Amino acid sequence: MLGFLLNRLWQSAVLLVIVSIIGFLVLNLIPGGPLSQFALDPGMTQDDIDRIAAQMGLDRPLLVQYFDWAWKLLQGDWGHSFRDGSPVLDVIRRHLFATLLLMGSSTAIAIGLGTWIGIRGATHRYSTFDYSATIGAMIALSIPTFWFGLVGIYVFSLRLGWVPAGNMYTIGDQSFLNYLHHLILPSVVLALVNIAVWSRYMRSATLDVISQDFVNTARAKGVSERRVLMKHVVGNALLPMITLAGMQLPSLLSGALVTETVFTWPGMGRLFLDSLGYSDYPVVMGLLMFSAILVLLGNLIADIIVALVDPRIRLG
Amino acid sequence: MTDKITKTAALSRRSALKMMGLTGAAGMLAPNLLGKPAFAQTPPDAPSGRVIVGLSQEPTVLNPLMAKIEVDDGVHFALFDALFRVTPEGEIVPNLATEVPTQENGGISEDGLEWRIKLRDDVQWHDGEPFTAEDVKFTLELILNPDFRAWRTAGHALLRDITVVSDTEISWRMEEPFAPYLSFLTETFIVPKHAFDGVEDPNTAPFNSNPIGTGAFRFTRRTAGDNIELAANPDYFGEGPYLEQLVFKYIPDLTVLYTQFRSGDIDLVGRQFITPDNYAEATSLPDRVVARVSAPSVETIYLNQERPQFKELAVREALYAAIDKESIINALYYGLPENAETFMPPSSYYHHGDLPRHEFNLERARQILDDAGWVPGPDGIRQKDGVRLSFENSTTSGNHLREQVQQFMQQTFREIGVEMTISNLPAAVIWGEFWVQSQFDSVIVGITFLIGADPDVTNRFHSRAIPAQGGRGSNNSQYVNPEVDALLEEGTRTFDPEARREIYTQVQEHIRRDLPFLPLFSSAEVHGHKAGLQGVEPNANTRTESWNAASWYWA
Repeated sequence: MLGFLLNRLWQSAVLLVIVSIIGFLVLNLIPGGPLSQFALDPGMTQDDIDRIAAQMGLDRPLLVQYFDWAWKLLQGDWGHSFRDGSPVLDVIRRHLFATLLLMGSSTAIAIGLGTWIGIRGATHRYSTFDYSATIGAMIALSIPTFWFGLVGIYVFSLRLGWVPAGNMYTIGDQSFLNYLHHLILPSVVLALVNIAVWSRYMRSATLDVISQDFVNTARAKGVSERRVLMKHVVGNALLPMITLAGMQLPSLLSGALVTETVFTWPGMGRLFLDSLGYSDYPVVMGLLMFSAILVLLGNLIADIIVALVDPRIRLG
Repeated sequence: MTDKITKTAALSRRSALKMMGLTGAAGMLAPNLLGKPAFAQTPPDAPSGRVIVGLSQEPTVLNPLMAKIEVDDGVHFALFDALFRVTPEGEIVPNLATEVPTQENGGISEDGLEWRIKLRDDVQWHDGEPFTAEDVKFTLELILNPDFRAWRTAGHALLRDITVVSDTEISWRMEEPFAPYLSFLTETFIVPKHAFDGVEDPNTAPFNSNPIGTGAFRFTRRTAGDNIELAANPDYFGEGPYLEQLVFKYIPDLTVLYTQFRSGDIDLVGRQFITPDNYAEATSLPDRVVARVSAPSVETIYLNQERPQFKELAVREALYAAIDKESIINALYYGLPENAETFMPPSSYYHHGDLPRHEFNLERARQILDDAGWVPGPDGIRQKDGVRLSFENSTTSGNHLREQVQQFMQQTFREIGVEMTISNLPAAVIWGEFWVQSQFDSVIVGITFLIGADPDVTNRFHSRAIPAQGGRGSNNSQYVNPEVDALLEEGTRTFDPEARREIYTQVQEHIRRDLPFLPLFSSAEVHGHKAGLQGVEPNANTRTESWNAASWYWA
């Protein structure tokens, strides 16, 4: 086990280095750079721009810049944002909360509703409910989130006035209820697509299990239909869904760009896009490393859990 | 119609304030004459209420001297003061200084080299420390500190011998006479010396995330990616503040920005304002004041003068005549912008209103090219001496309106035998080397030519300001005219506004004749705020709608 762990950690470290090199190169190869936003400022001369570039160390050879950045990172210094000068880890931390809140609640909605719709669709196969759920899923999957979000704002905020038209909280009122009120629309809009995906998976997983011999056996034993469903069918059908849920974990932290934009939600997706727009290299690199570490860590944990749970899989 | 509404409101507010200075009764009467209830025109005794300004870009730096973008200015104007301020009419008025130095009052010496500024003695920093000439000296020296990531250094770089004469007086010498400096100082916010005591690297000073100013509002907190909250400074030396809280809220999408204005989540739409396609609807919203405001930026087609196609004036004239400006303005921009013939914004004191007016005339365009010897080749495209009259046009990709302008131009140019191909680039690419080093044939670009309210455009049109030829500046069309060079040099040495007007009138005539760029229109912005918010007044001489938030109040 220890050997396996060390081996995986070593592999992860190599992968991280490769990711960082590619990320750094691609980022720096994009023409323009962080100072191009000043090109149209009437009072900024080329001298000013060159001077700032030198002060920021952007005039050094790429290799030197990379090693400088990597060396500092190894010492725990993620650098400072080019935009507002705050430490990169602070910037990430401040956006992480917003994203966790939104993604967490929308995933909870998606899993809860999706599971229920999927099971009900499978047990009442070819019923009106099943057909409507199928059609509903198709619609939810084909409508862009951007459009859906705007329609949601138009109907439920502008017309009906039930929920706010965006933002994470009302400025001046940061109570729990206020957050909750603002959370409803974006998390439902974001959950819609996931409900569709989740319910389709759940439906077919349930159907797979429901036709198996042990289910018939249980029925033959005289186990109540409710107990058959809850204990034998759902329990087994949920197993593959755990893998699916695991696959969604990284997206929990990387945020939802479109939803965050429509609902002015200050999360990670928007941070990434804004930082790219400003060519804020330290933050973009920080986000890249952060998500790479998360993905590697997630995979590692999944591997370990699978190995622990399933005796057929040997590590080493 | 609607812009009239704000103008009256703004005027009546100003007149009301002036009159109340004379007699209370007159102050109550004047607004009544304009058909407005008197109570609506009186600011509250104590700061009350909150205003949320929506911005489509997130403000970046809180230190007003660091390299910054337009949306930062609103925050800086609220937190800080400069030595002077510039009014919407373009007049420079004292702010932290007690008077504007001129050659007449002795503030500026006859040769324009010695400056002497008197300062207010009743100003406190937000932390209670007194403001003195030492702070001004520190600010100017910080800008020139080679390790500090300062914003503009033009003008400041000429400073020598900055001397604190007393707590309320500072003097300096300039390397050469430079009249625009006065205007530059309206954008140079003064920072407190004591906030940098013992700070090793001014780029990472604690001040930069927790700023201390002298302004009408104090810094409360910043929520990254979302908003910046400010609170009233009850000890402010000037007018106001009348609001208890001022919030700058970042809303990353223009459609959403407008939606939140409609829904009432924000009280005032800041930069980039209401999009032209929403203008008509916005004017019909209840309880909202929506106004068309002319902006200092001019939409232009920059022609690279070093390209063989554009070297000849006849070609530039013909192209100008072949642009259907009226259709572009009306069909694409909802009739909002105004025709422009010059780089000088219409709001400027120096604007030349009698330049020859553009006329869309394909017949004339063909005639000009025929006369100049550009004859159609076998493919219908004109040529002369082996040069085909064909060129590329570029702009920021994703800017749909400009992409449509390109298609308009492409069609009408084709009709006079000119081929224009479209090659658009992402913002970060086009405004990098491609633009700076003049690697383009032609570019559609919106440019603010002036720095503050000063008419100086040396940076844009002087032959020494061409980066592609090793110069320093932003003469990206590579325009060279020795007469203009001489006029520009004279303009920066001249302090008298009347004399300067004469100079810049001539500059505008030269530029209009030579067409280093084809002016399309003077940009217009659609501003909007809730009807109850008083005191909002656009100022094209600043870069922000929130320059006078100290005077805002809820009726």
